[in-house]
Amino acid sequence: MSMQLETSPTTGDEVITNYTINFGPQHPAAHGVLRMVMELDGEIIERIDPHVGLLHRGTEKLIEHKTYLQALPYFDRLDYCSPLAMEHSYVLAIEKLLNLEVPLRAQYLRVLFAELTRICNHMLNMGSHVMDVGAMTPNLWLFEIREDCLNFFERASGARMHSAWFRPGGVHQDVPLKLLTDLADWLDTRLPRLFEDAMSLVVDNRIFKQRNVDIAITSREDSLAWGFSGPMIRAAGIPWDIRKSQPYDVYDRMDFEIPVGTNSDCYDRFMVRVEEVRQSAKIMKQCLREMPEGPVASDDRKVVPPKRAEMKSSMESLIHHFKLYTEGFHVPAGEVYVATESPKGEFGVYLVSDGSNKPYRCKIRPTAFSHLQAMDFMSKGHMLPDATAILGAIDVVFGECDR
Amino acid sequence: MPVLHSAPKIASNEGVLDALVAALGNKVVASKEEHGEIVLTIDRLEIENALRALRDDHGYQQLMEMAGVDYPSRAERFEVVYMLLSVTKNHRLMVKVTAAENTPVPTVTTLWPNAGWLEREVFDMYGVIFAGNRDLRRILTDYGFEGHPFRKDFPLTGYVELRYSEEDKRVVYEPVKLAQDLRTFDFMSPWEGADYVLPGDEKAAEAAAPPPVATPKATETKADTGAGDKANDKAADKSPADAPAKAEGGKAPEAPQDTESRPAKEDDK
Repeated sequence: MSMQLETSPTTGDEVITNYTINFGPQHPAAHGVLRMVMELDGEIIERIDPHVGLLHRGTEKLIEHKTYLQALPYFDRLDYCSPLAMEHSYVLAIEKLLNLEVPLRAQYLRVLFAELTRICNHMLNMGSHVMDVGAMTPNLWLFEIREDCLNFFERASGARMHSAWFRPGGVHQDVPLKLLTDLADWLDTRLPRLFEDAMSLVVDNRIFKQRNVDIAITSREDSLAWGFSGPMIRAAGIPWDIRKSQPYDVYDRMDFEIPVGTNSDCYDRFMVRVEEVRQSAKIMKQCLREMPEGPVASDDRKVVPPKRAEMKSSMESLIHHFKLYTEGFHVPAGEVYVATESPKGEFGVYLVSDGSNKPYRCKIRPTAFSHLQAMDFMSKGHMLPDATAILGAIDVVFGECDR
Repeated sequence: MPVLHSAPKIASNEGVLDALVAALGNKVVASKEEHGEIVLTIDRLEIENALRALRDDHGYQQLMEMAGVDYPSRAERFEVVYMLLSVTKNHRLMVKVTAAENTPVPTVTTLWPNAGWLEREVFDMYGVIFAGNRDLRRILTDYGFEGHPFRKDFPLTGYVELRYSEEDKRVVYEPVKLAQDLRTFDFMSPWEGADYVLPGDEKAAEAAAPPPVATPKATETKADTGAGDKANDKAADKSPADAPAKAEGGKAPEAPQDTESRPAKEDDK
C-alpha cells in the first residue's frame, strides 16, 4: 500500500513513503470496536478505510424469529447510550401498521423520556468528545448528570439502561407523581448548574477550540449527499429536525428551537449538541406542565395486555393476557419506514409484516453508518490526532452501527 | 381510514403517486400507496435513471437507507428497497427493485456517495450483486465469512462458532454445537388450517391411504373363507330357526341377586 511521494529536499536521496496504521479495533478514542486502516503521509491522513461489523450480532435476523413484543428489548441494545430513542422508532412503526391510537398521557410520557434520553446521550458523547481532545474534568462532571438520568430511568422502568419501557400502544407503566416532581426540580436546579459549569470549562477553552474549529468542514451539498442527519446536518446549517418537520407523538405541541451551525466543523457539531440539551430541558418542562391525567396505554386488548387486577376477575382479560404473552399480536400485512430523531440523527425502522405475529423483515437504519462512511472524505488532509475529534463529533456507537 | 397513530407526519401524499408514475413513465413496473407509504417498483435496469430523475427533478435529495428483503418463493427472490427523503418537500418515498442471485442491480454510488456502504451491506447479507460498485466487499460479517446470513434459508444459528483455543493459542472455528435447541414455537392454531401432524397423530395420517389391490378379496363360496373343511361342515349344519340357544339344563337364567343396600350419603337426602 505504500507509495512513493517525493524525495526529501534536505537529505537528497532519502525517500518518504506513506505508511499504513491500524486505528483500533481496541482504541479508547474509537468509542467501541472500530478498526480504521489509515494511510498516512507523515502525520497527514491520506485515506481512511473504516472496518465496521466487529460488534455485529445479527439483531435483524433475531428479530425475524421473535414476536413483535419479544423483539422490543433488542432495540435497547442497539444504541445503548440512548435506548429509549431506539424503542421509539420501533413502537411507532408497529403502531403505524396497526393504525393504533395512543393515549395522550402516553405520548407526553414518551416525549418526556425521549428528551431525557437525548440529554443522557449527549452527556456521554460530549464528555467523551472533550476527553478525546484532552480534557478530563468536564467528562466527570457530565457523567454526574448522566448518572441522574439513569436514576430517573430506573425509577420509571426498573432498569437503568435497557428499559423496554415504550410499548406498542403506549408505555409499560405509569410513573409515580414524585418522579415527575423530582424531574421538574432537577431540570430547574441541578441540571443547569452542573451542565453550565461543565460547559464554561469547554466552550471557550483555547485548547478545545484549537482541536475542533475548522476540523472536518463539510459543505451543505456534501452533507445532503452523504446522507447526514441529526446534529451532523444541523451543524452544516440545514435546519432539519424530524421532531419539527415530521412531528410524531406530541412534538407538534412542543415549543422549541432547532440550533444550527454556521461553519460545519467539529466545534459546530459540539455546540449544536450543547444547545440541544438546553432545548431538550425546555421540552421536558413543557411536558411536565401540560401532561394530562389518563391511561398510559391503548385499551385495545388485542395489542396491549390488561391490568393485573382485571385478570383476577375477568376471564376475557385472562385469555387476552395469555394470548398476548404466548402468541403475541398479529400485525396487518404491509411495509412501513418510520424514522425518528434519535440523539444521533435519523434512526429508522423498515418493518415488513406478512400478517403473522412475527416481523417478516425489520431493517434498522443506524445513524452512524452514513456518518462513519464519510470519515474518509472528512479526514482527508487532516492530522492523525484530528481523527479522534472527528470521530467524537460524529457520535458513533457500535451497538447501533453494527447491529 | 382515518389516521389514528402518532407516527411521523410527512407532507401530504395526495397526487404524489400519480405525478411520479406519470413522470417516470415505463420505468415504473408497479406502484402502490399503503399505510401512508408510497412504494414504486422500478425496472431493475432503469433504477439508476429513475433515482437520478427523482433526485434531480423531484427534489428527493437524500438516500437515507437501503434494505434487502428475501422472498424465497418468488422467481426473483430479492427486493432492494431505497428509502428517499426530500428535505425541501418534507416527503419520503420507497423505491424498489427485484433481483435474483445472478441478476446484478446497477449501482447508485454514482448518485449518492453513501450508497457504497449500503450496497455493501445488502450484498453481504443477501448476496445481491451491484454492477458498477467498485468496492463490493463484505462489511458487517467476519473476515472470511461464507454465505449470506439474512437469507431466509440461512439458519439462525449459522454454521460455525469460534472460541479461543488454549492449546493453539489462537481463535479456532468449529461447526456449531448447541447444548439446547433454539426454541421456535409454532403459534398456528390446529383448528385454523394447520397442515402438520400433531404429536401422537402420526399413524392416523399414515392410515389414510390403503394400498390398492388388483383382485378384490370376496367370500362367495365356502372354500373362500379359508377356515378349513371342518369349519365349513359345521357352518353347513343348519339349526332350526326357532331353536332356543342350547338350553340343555332346561333352566332359565335367573336374575342376579340384589346387592345389599348401602347406606345413603348425607348429600343424597
